[in-house]
Amino acid sequence: MQTIYTDFLVVGAGLAGERAAVETAEAGFSAICLSLVPARRSHSSAAQGGMQASLGNSVMGEGDGPDVHFADTVKGSDWGCDQEVARLFADTAPIEMRRLAHWGVPWNRVVPGKSIYYKGGKQFEKVEAEEKEGLIMARSFGGTAKWRTCYTSDGTGHAVMCTMDNRCAEKGVEVHDKTEAIALLQDGETCFGVVARCLRTGELRVYLSKATMIAAGGFGRIYPNTTNAVICDGGAHTMCVATGLVPMGNMEAVQFHPTGIVPTDILVTEGCRGDGGTLLDVDEKRFMNIYEPEKAELASRDVVSRWMTHHMREGHGVKSPYGEHLWLDIRHLGKEHITGKLREVYEICTSFLGVDPIHQLIPVRPTQHYSMGGVRTNKDGAAYGLKGLFAAGEAACWDMHGFNRLGGNSLAETVVAGGIIGRKIAEYLEGSEAEFKTGLINDEVKKQRSRIDALIEGRDGSENVYKVRSAMQDALHKGANIFRTQEGLEKCVADLQEVLIRAKKIGLRSNGKGVNPELAAALKLEGQVKLALMVAYGALMRTESRGSHNREDYPARNDRDWLTRTLAYWKKPEDTLPTLEYEPASTVVEIPPGDRGYGHAKIISADDKKE
Amino acid sequence: MSRLLKLNIFRYNPEDEQSAPHMQEFVLEETDSMTLFIALNRIREEQDPSLQFDFCCRAGICGSCGMVINGRPGLACHTKTRDLPGEITLLPLPIFKLVGDLSVDTGTWFREMYTKTESWIHTNKAFDPTALEERMDNKDAVAIYELERCVECGCCISACGTARLREDFMGAAALNRVARFLIDPRDQRTDRDYYEIIGNDMGIFGCMGLLACEDVCPKHLPLQNQLGFLRRKMGITSIKRLFSK
Ligand SMILES: Cc1cc2nc3c(=O)[nH]c(=O)nc-3n(C[C@H](O)[C@H](O)[C@H](O)COP(=O)(O)OP(=O)(O)OC[C@H]3O[C@@H](n4cnc5c(N)ncnc54)[C@H](O)[C@@H]3O)c2cc1C
Ligand code: SF4
Ligand code: SF4
Ligand code: FES
Repeated sequence: MQTIYTDFLVVGAGLAGERAAVETAEAGFSAICLSLVPARRSHSSAAQGGMQASLGNSVMGEGDGPDVHFADTVKGSDWGCDQEVARLFADTAPIEMRRLAHWGVPWNRVVPGKSIYYKGGKQFEKVEAEEKEGLIMARSFGGTAKWRTCYTSDGTGHAVMCTMDNRCAEKGVEVHDKTEAIALLQDGETCFGVVARCLRTGELRVYLSKATMIAAGGFGRIYPNTTNAVICDGGAHTMCVATGLVPMGNMEAVQFHPTGIVPTDILVTEGCRGDGGTLLDVDEKRFMNIYEPEKAELASRDVVSRWMTHHMREGHGVKSPYGEHLWLDIRHLGKEHITGKLREVYEICTSFLGVDPIHQLIPVRPTQHYSMGGVRTNKDGAAYGLKGLFAAGEAACWDMHGFNRLGGNSLAETVVAGGIIGRKIAEYLEGSEAEFKTGLINDEVKKQRSRIDALIEGRDGSENVYKVRSAMQDALHKGANIFRTQEGLEKCVADLQEVLIRAKKIGLRSNGKGVNPELAAALKLEGQVKLALMVAYGALMRTESRGSHNREDYPARNDRDWLTRTLAYWKKPEDTLPTLEYEPASTVVEIPPGDRGYGHAKIISADDKKE
Repeated sequence: MSRLLKLNIFRYNPEDEQSAPHMQEFVLEETDSMTLFIALNRIREEQDPSLQFDFCCRAGICGSCGMVINGRPGLACHTKTRDLPGEITLLPLPIFKLVGDLSVDTGTWFREMYTKTESWIHTNKAFDPTALEERMDNKDAVAIYELERCVECGCCISACGTARLREDFMGAAALNRVARFLIDPRDQRTDRDYYEIIGNDMGIFGCMGLLACEDVCPKHLPLQNQLGFLRRKMGITSIKRLFSK
């Protein structure tokens, strides 16, 4: 078996992982990123919209600055975020965008003079200033007071990912793609690498490192419908959960997007509704105007998703072989508008659905989109529970997003956090001596081998991995979705507990030789069910509504009792529920909790004395 | 009644000594809006859990799912079964190393390519975190982005006659990559520097100009223009080199 040594090991070669690796490489350390796929295929490259940084170059961004960005972020989080981290983020974002420009990102630039833009379906005019010519341009995004989202045409994530990966190649950061980390190496105090499985041959490999980072992206695939890539499956989170020592933060905070297309849940932009598209039910009737007479389709993401689900529950959904859905109607916007301003949407509909949105309705449903929760770290990116373990990006709960992240803030987070935490890791590496315990390494490898053999031989049972996986996804979908109630969550938790028993009895149907996708799925399933239980059980216990977490039976945001972050541990492997602990959402409070200015406004204030 | 699709899929697991390359037939009922992404996943979950293939974004943006679909390299995730006949033949992309069944190793190939082309900005300017960003014409930015849209799916390489004949041929994706840096004002390399990289039969002079690459590129990159542009530029550089020797 191959053993590979490096100073810094990153599980994940998306933007967050590669940015941190570049930082340590520049400080003179060796760095290796592991990835399931070639780095540029990481989900970061799928982001089209852009990344927020308060450069204030566009005329619509005048007066913007880190303070305004900070305030938007805290409000967006529904005061669930760590304000110290949000501050660090807002202050650093402009520098990181400029750095990316220096490294080669072809940001769209300010073109001086008159141009037109649309808002709420109406046409407006703006004039960009001469003296800003050639500086980084920004576009408008939901939940932001100013135009602050830096972009490269409609492929921001792709362009930034290319530049970052180039930088890695230049700086000698190795990317071991088609490699899947399956277990952490740790002695109860310190993490010193991972056991990984080669996805070219199926062999196990040991990676030893002084510092290890989880930058493995989101875990949307524990839900049945998600905009996330098929590799966003939480596999790396399950390694942390399995230690019993590392907690996951705010797992109940899951963001849903109203318009994923059916069947493949690819995202169509909010711009459809922004430009005047409507949502229709099975009778091709509008319904958002009934529930939200003022804003209708233009209410915020979580609000629209909530009413869509409600409406389907009431029996107005369209039945299809892929489950129920609703319709998005943009036909009235006309051919010119659809093939012009909504070109992406037009292409997605024609390429993936064979639907022509100029004449036909688009099948849509609310879809899991972003995981606010993840490996809980402090502001330096160090994971709770194990020395030498760090996390960044969507995989982490660093926690600048709290209970709802704003569009454009996630991609920006990957590079900002990657930079800041990468520097902290370089400091850590400077002062650390490595000690690799060979006994522990051998034990862990043996343990993983025996897990694999048990699955291949069907030693523990003959449950079908794909059926058990879909039972998990169904349970979450039914109980821990956009709407949550005590009854639904209790059932969800009970169902998931049954699924957990089945997940321990998987037996492969194929021979398990080589890369074997069935084995890869089976190895992470039990851990995924545990993640699902952290989502559901955390949501059951949190008796309030905050950001994306909506309890129908507790509609108010309760700052008196719940201005907290959930920490979910799986203390012993045989436990049937996670252990929940809580910590204050923020120890530094720059902006005291108040009204967000959108969504529901019922708040139980922290000042209301407990009886 | 929906169609019954017959899929003939290439099967071979190099890690299994019992396995020999062969075609295997699967039959599947077609559903509305079915793509090859849905079809292959359904086959794996319901019929043969060992079937290997690559998908990631399933939205036509990551380039993972290149394969030969009824004789033509393309992205499987945005291929609808409804646009194909009832009998579908799927083969892995040639030229890249086979991992198993429909899965090939494009990662190694592309990583070597960008080491060879030194695919990064070459500049001696240092970044100053306290300064404003350096200005750039928006037209330049947009032009660079147009070339950077390549998703490294490998379709162009697999369709290329020269790449089949000589293993060391860089291929359209690599030449396009060079063009991207050549037009970037931030990159200080000269035409002569680029000539060192692509001014030979492995590079621009190996291309036969039959343009299969542009035909199959799922991102519709203007490969033909780039190849022409580089050939002219490198031709001139080559002549200049002759005279200055
Ligand atoms: C459709 C869509 C559009 C979006 N648009 C925007 C936008 O416009 N603006 C914005 O701010 N945000 C957007 N987001 C969110 C944003 O793109 C992501 O949150 C962000 O890119 C995550 O980056 P990351 O570096 O944390 O992880 P990723 O880019 O997801 O990378 C994860 C890496 O981890 C690897 N990995 C995973 N598990 C393992 C394992 N077990 N072993 C080894 N490697 C592993 C993967 O191979 C991959 O390399 C969008 C998200 C989606 C789904
Ligand atoms: S034009 Fe050149 S690069 Fe393109 S397929 Fe033909 S030989 Fe290959
Ligand atoms: S140039 Fe086109 S066909 Fe070739 S790898 Fe890039 S996207 Fe694929
Ligand atoms: S799966 Fe990403 S392009 Fe097909």
